[in-house]
Formats: sequence, structure tokens, C-alpha cells
Amino acid sequence: MNAEAFDAAVIGGGLHGLSAALHLARARRRVVVIERRWTGRHASGATAAGVRTLNRDVAEIPISLEAMDSWHEIERLVGDDCGFHSTGQLLVAETEEHMAGLHRREARMRQLGYRHEEIIDAAELRHLVPALSRHCVGALIARCDGAADPHRTILAFRRACEAQRVVIAEGCGIEAVSHERGIWLLSCGAHRFQAPMVVNAAGAWAGRVAALFGDDIALGVRASMMIVTERVAPLLEPVVGVVGRALSFKQSDQGTLVIGGGLQGAADLDRERSTVSFNELAKGARAAADLFPAARDVRIARCWTGIEAQTSDRLPVIGASPKAPGLLHAFGFSGHGFQLVPIVGAILAELAVHGRTRRNIAVFTPRRLMGEGIAA
Amino acid sequence: MTAPHTDLLIVGAGPAGMAAAVTACSHGLSVRVVDDQPAPGGQIWRAIETVASTPRLARLGQAYRAGADRARAFRSCGAVYEPQSELWQIEPGFRAFLTRDGQARSVTADAVILATGAQERPVPFPGWTLPGVLTVGAAQILLKTASTVPERPVWIAGCGPLPLLYMTQLLAAGGQIAGFLDTTPRGRASAALRHLPAGLRRAGELAKGLAWSLALRRAGIPIIRHVTDLRAEGDGRVERLRYRTEDGREGEVTAEVLLVHEGLVPSIHVPLALGCTVEWHPAQHCYVPLLDGWGETSQANLFVAGDGAGIGGAEAAEPRGRLAALRVATRLGKLDAVRAERAAKTERAALARALALRPFLDTLYGPRAQVFAPADETLVCRCEEVTAGALRARAVEGRPGPNQLKAFTRAGMGPCQGRQCGYTMAHIVAAAQNRKVEEVGFFRIRPPLKPVTLGELACLDQREPAA
Repeated sequence: MNAEAFDAAVIGGGLHGLSAALHLARARRRVVVIERRWTGRHASGATAAGVRTLNRDVAEIPISLEAMDSWHEIERLVGDDCGFHSTGQLLVAETEEHMAGLHRREARMRQLGYRHEEIIDAAELRHLVPALSRHCVGALIARCDGAADPHRTILAFRRACEAQRVVIAEGCGIEAVSHERGIWLLSCGAHRFQAPMVVNAAGAWAGRVAALFGDDIALGVRASMMIVTERVAPLLEPVVGVVGRALSFKQSDQGTLVIGGGLQGAADLDRERSTVSFNELAKGARAAADLFPAARDVRIARCWTGIEAQTSDRLPVIGASPKAPGLLHAFGFSGHGFQLVPIVGAILAELAVHGRTRRNIAVFTPRRLMGEGIAA
Repeated sequence: MTAPHTDLLIVGAGPAGMAAAVTACSHGLSVRVVDDQPAPGGQIWRAIETVASTPRLARLGQAYRAGADRARAFRSCGAVYEPQSELWQIEPGFRAFLTRDGQARSVTADAVILATGAQERPVPFPGWTLPGVLTVGAAQILLKTASTVPERPVWIAGCGPLPLLYMTQLLAAGGQIAGFLDTTPRGRASAALRHLPAGLRRAGELAKGLAWSLALRRAGIPIIRHVTDLRAEGDGRVERLRYRTEDGREGEVTAEVLLVHEGLVPSIHVPLALGCTVEWHPAQHCYVPLLDGWGETSQANLFVAGDGAGIGGAEAAEPRGRLAALRVATRLGKLDAVRAERAAKTERAALARALALRPFLDTLYGPRAQVFAPADETLVCRCEEVTAGALRARAVEGRPGPNQLKAFTRAGMGPCQGRQCGYTMAHIVAAAQNRKVEEVGFFRIRPPLKPVTLGELACLDQREPAA
């Protein structure tokens, strides 16, 4: 057996895989990242890169707040600010009825002891985002939220990994695995890797990777569509979402408008391709044009989709396999995993090194999805 | 509201698109032709209908005049013709998205013929983005549509039949030429002669080319041969040109307008976006879609005709258009296979005749090596302002392909979708990584294929609420 030996093997060269590898390497583990194409090929390279604690599922809030602290000092982790700006994120209400819903959300957060979400009225909203249409009545805001530059983030995590001597094996798709005397042997073509610990961070394909290890985890797929426009003069600073519509609207450092919000295209896992559906995407353009009348005549430069995994409860899978020894899962972020990148890597490194974590991740257990039917 | 449907959608109303439409209609197919120009003719016969009744017609030459009959036949063939319509996406099946008069909508069809022609090969050199530097093709459009002749003498740089033709047309229209920086490398003429016997089938075309050259010489135009390096300089717009020739001669001239041209490459964005297989065309230094004998791509019922199938000119475009239309008619049950095959024989013979001179021209006018290796300071991506040097520096870090390099540098992310930088970037990657350019590949093409505004896309939502 002439396999290269490591302390840990990470399957998947997206941001979660790179973050896990970086944290493991900082804990003095010899790590290989095994990536079928290249780092950041799918969801990580297609994300809108929103850094958001706002309006998250209550179960995710503790790790999301901890991740937020990491983002505010991301340079200490990866040696680059990743283009992160703390411009705030807003969830805008277009009607009084929607505003009432935001008030209920804020009250609930206070009840739980969280202070990161606040209500602002129409006057403050106008002050913060003058370009927003006048019909909006108020918003929920998370002032410490913001957005990063996805490609710069990938490059920063990759370079930080390489500086810690992580081996990044691109163009290696895992085809077979076997387990002998506590060591996993991973094969892809002529390449062989062995390690006692394996992290499954294979994104949309993580269900298939889990199956190689004998874990049957129900997993759906998302192909969220994005629009980016030509560059325009400064229009807004915060990231803007809206109640009841699929829209996330922001302006990048380059001046382009980046419009997402989770409208779905079509994904093809076998061909590793996804396609834009323009009849569907038109809803996002309509929402953007309704909220930002000045954007109506801005030209679209590109649209794309990114493929990623979605669970039936929209919560990620983070934790040890109940059956396969030494296997850790981290996937199924269901469209909101970018912000969690720094913290999930830290959790995985804790699990790998100490066998436990001080964070409460019980709700993310893979067990909850094992043995049920395939999620939509 | 359901989208309007036809049997066949043809994209482009140039020689290939018009010929395809006439043939398809004659076999009883319902046909829609969309084109971004205001009138039929494509590039070669641009504005033919309006020019036909003016004295300009004679100045633009015999080949241009031939377009008048074609436009007439097309107008009366029965196809639904939609001018001034930008096609910006085709989804499999087929659903095509168009914009006309600021409104977006979609149409459907069982088969599609892409007759979207060619673009001029982008030629990056220091100063190519200065105002006053244009392509010969763009200048020729002005000559055809508006009879616009530059007021001051123009410099022309490049090679190929188009600069010769344009200079002849410009002189006939009363324009002045300051000089011609001929970039054809030394030794090309003798290399091309090898292909001459086959090309003699196109003796008429050859004679035409010789006549153009002679006319230029008679007019006393300064011609500087074997130019390898070119640089445009000026404060805010082009004021002077510097050049170097193969034998090391250097020169500097004042210039107000510089027109460049280094040949054509097929428009491959739509076939690439639809996942069609493309292959490298070594003689034309570009990708062409992989096509069968009818022009069908690797995607069923999707055809490419005209220069989009490989540069061949109008006389190759017409038989290619008719071949594709014949095949669609057979597919849709309007023409039996035996009759289609019989008709195809005539068209394939015409195509072979039209292409006989190509190997000669491709050899004579193939782009010089410097086109693909611009100096570090040269802007390669005009939209995002990325230099050749920045691309070279990144190209050695982790052996990225064009798509990764695009993510790292933003080159290719602008509204032109990599139409200006795609091939240059591929060559820079190939050189930096010591690979063959055809192994490097091309950007993944992301929609929309033409810029569409948010407001235009939004109106699609009103017209067709999702089920």
C-alpha cells in the first residue's frame, strides 16, 4: 500500500473544507484536502458571500454569533480581510403587516437574550439607504453583519492552508474508500491517501460521499441563482433583504450590484452543472426594480447558479458519523453557510483532535437525517 | 400567457440566416428570424436595402450588390422577421429570450439555427483602448450605413482581405489613407502558395484580391510591411503610433485614427452556453462548434450555419444555411430523407467551391504570434481593466484554467462576457503553463448572452407569471 499518509483528510475544497483543514493544521495535524475539481469550484465560488446573523434559525444563532466575532478579525485567521465590510444587513418590510412580523421576531430575540437584531423605522431606513423605494415602512437590522468578497475569501483560506503546509490535491475525486486497523484508505484513480480522520465537506455531493462510508443521509440540492450587473456609482452600503420576497441586494467593492435571494435554477449533480431559469429569475429582477427604482436601467452582466446541499429542516449537518469511526460530516448549509465558515472549521478541528466540542451542536447531528426519505 | 411558437427559430439575418429561412419556408416550416440589426443583410450586406437605391451601391462593390436580391427573397419568404431584437438566452427545449424596444419576452421553437456570424479577432496592444482606435469592421459599418468617411487620413494596421477591401471602398468614397501597417509575417506568401492550386477554383476571388492590392499601390498609399509590434500613444486619444518591423526597423508617425484588423473568429458564445462541443481549428486559431454534414451541433436540433461554423464568407454561409434548413425540414416531417439528401448534394458542392480558397487565405493571413503575447502593460480585459502582466503572474500560481483565472483577476467578468479577452487569456495561460492553447479551453459562458437591464428582465415576470 503506497498511499500518502496524513493525520486527517478533508474531502471537498470548498470554504468549509479549507476552513476545517486550516484549523486542523493549526492544531499541528498533517492534512490533505482532496478536491474533485479545484478549490471553490461550486457553492463557494458562486455564493453572494453575505455575512449574516440576521433572521437566522434560532438553533444556528449561537454559532453564528461566534462566527461573526471571527469575521471581525478574519485577518488574524487567514492573513487577509477577505474583502469583509461590516455594513449591516437589513430585512425590509414593504407593508405594515410585514412590519408587525418583524416586531414579533425582535421581541422573540429579546426574550431569548439576543440583542443583535433591532427594529428601525422608516426615517432611519431612509437615512441608511436613501436609494430604497419610499413605500418601505421599516426594517429589522443587524448592524454588525455585512458581506465579503467570495473569491478573495477562497484565495485567502487557500493561501493560509498552504502556509500551514496543508496539501491541496485538486482534480482528485474520491472513488472508493476502505477501512483497516483504524485507518481510512481513500482512492481516486492512481492517487491514494490514508488517514485515521476524514472530514466530509463535499457540499452538494456530500450525500454521495457519506454513502461511500456507509452513511445513508437524506439530502436535497439547491441551485440558487445570482445576478450581477455592470458597475454603477455608489448606490447603497448595507445588504438589503425584503420580507416575503426572494431578494438579497448589495453593491460590491467594484461597484457592481449583486442580487440573490435564493430563487432556484436547475441542478444536475451527475454533470456537475446547473442552469439559470430566467422566468423564475425575473421575480428577483422585479423585486430589485421595485425596491430600488434607480436600478431599473442597470444592465445585467452575468447570471449564474451554484449547487449546494439542502436538508429537510434547512439546518446544516455538523458532527461525527454515528457508524463510521473517525468520519466527521459538515455540509447541508442550505443556502446560508458562508458566514459559518470560520466557526465550523474550528468545531471540526475540536472534534477531530479532542473527540468533543465545547459548542452545542446536538441539533446538527447527522442522525436526524438518517433513514428518512430524500428531502425535496 | 404562453410564448409564441414556431417550428424553427433562426438567429441572425445575414447570408446564412436568410438562406436558411427561404429554404425552410419553401418546405412548409413555420419560421421566426430574430436579428439585432434594423434590416436584413448581416455584416456583409448591412443596410443593403437602403443603399440599393443610392450611388453608394456602386462604390461598395459587386459582392455587396448581390445582397439586394437576397434581401428581397427573404422579405417575401413568409418567415416572421423580428429586427432590432437582441437574443440574450436560449434554454434547452428550446425557449429563447429576446429584448425589443425595452421589453423582454420569450419564444419557443422545435429547432434552432444559429447564424450569428463572426466577430473581429480582438488585438490587444499598448494603447488599443484609446479613443480614435477602432476596428476596420466598425469603420466599414459606418461606411455602409451612413456613408461616413473619416475627415482626416486614417492609418490601417493588420492583415487579411477586409483591410484591403475597406481601403478600396474608402478611396472610392473619397476618403484618405495615411498608410497601411501590414502585419502579414514574412514568408507567408510562399507558404500560402502551396494551397494555390486548390484555390484556383476561386480564381475570381483571387483576382479581386490582386485588384485591391494594385489599386492601393496605384493610389500611392505608404505600405510598411511585416510589422510585428504596434503601440498607440496620446493624451486622452490617439496622437501617434510607434511600430517595429520584423527586421528591426522602428518608426513613429502621427495619427488621429487607427483602424486595426487581424481576421475574424466565429461567434461561439451561444453554442458554448448551450453546452455544444467545440473543437480547435488550428488553421483559423479559434474554436468552432463540432458539426455534422448538415451543421447540427452535439445538441440535437441545434444547428450552426454561416461564419459561426468556421470562417468561410458569404458564399459558404448560404449553402450552410440551406443545408441546416433541409435537415430541420426532414426532422419535422416536411421533407423525406431521400429528397433532402439529393438537395444537399448541390449545396455541399457549392460549399466546397466556396471554401476552396480558405486554406490559402488562412495561411497567408493567420494572426502573427505577437497578437497572442501582448506586452505585460497591455490591457487584455477592457471591461475590468486587467493587464497581460497581472494574468501572467496569476497563471503560474496553482496552474489555474481560464475560469479560475477569471475568479482570481475578474478578467472576463464584464458585460462583454469575455468576447474581447477570451482567446488572449487562453494563450497567456498556455504560454505560462507550457500547455497547448487548445487544451486550455475557454470561459464557461454565463447568461445573459447580451446585456439586458433589470427592468427588462422584470417585465418578463409580469408577462409570464410562473405556474
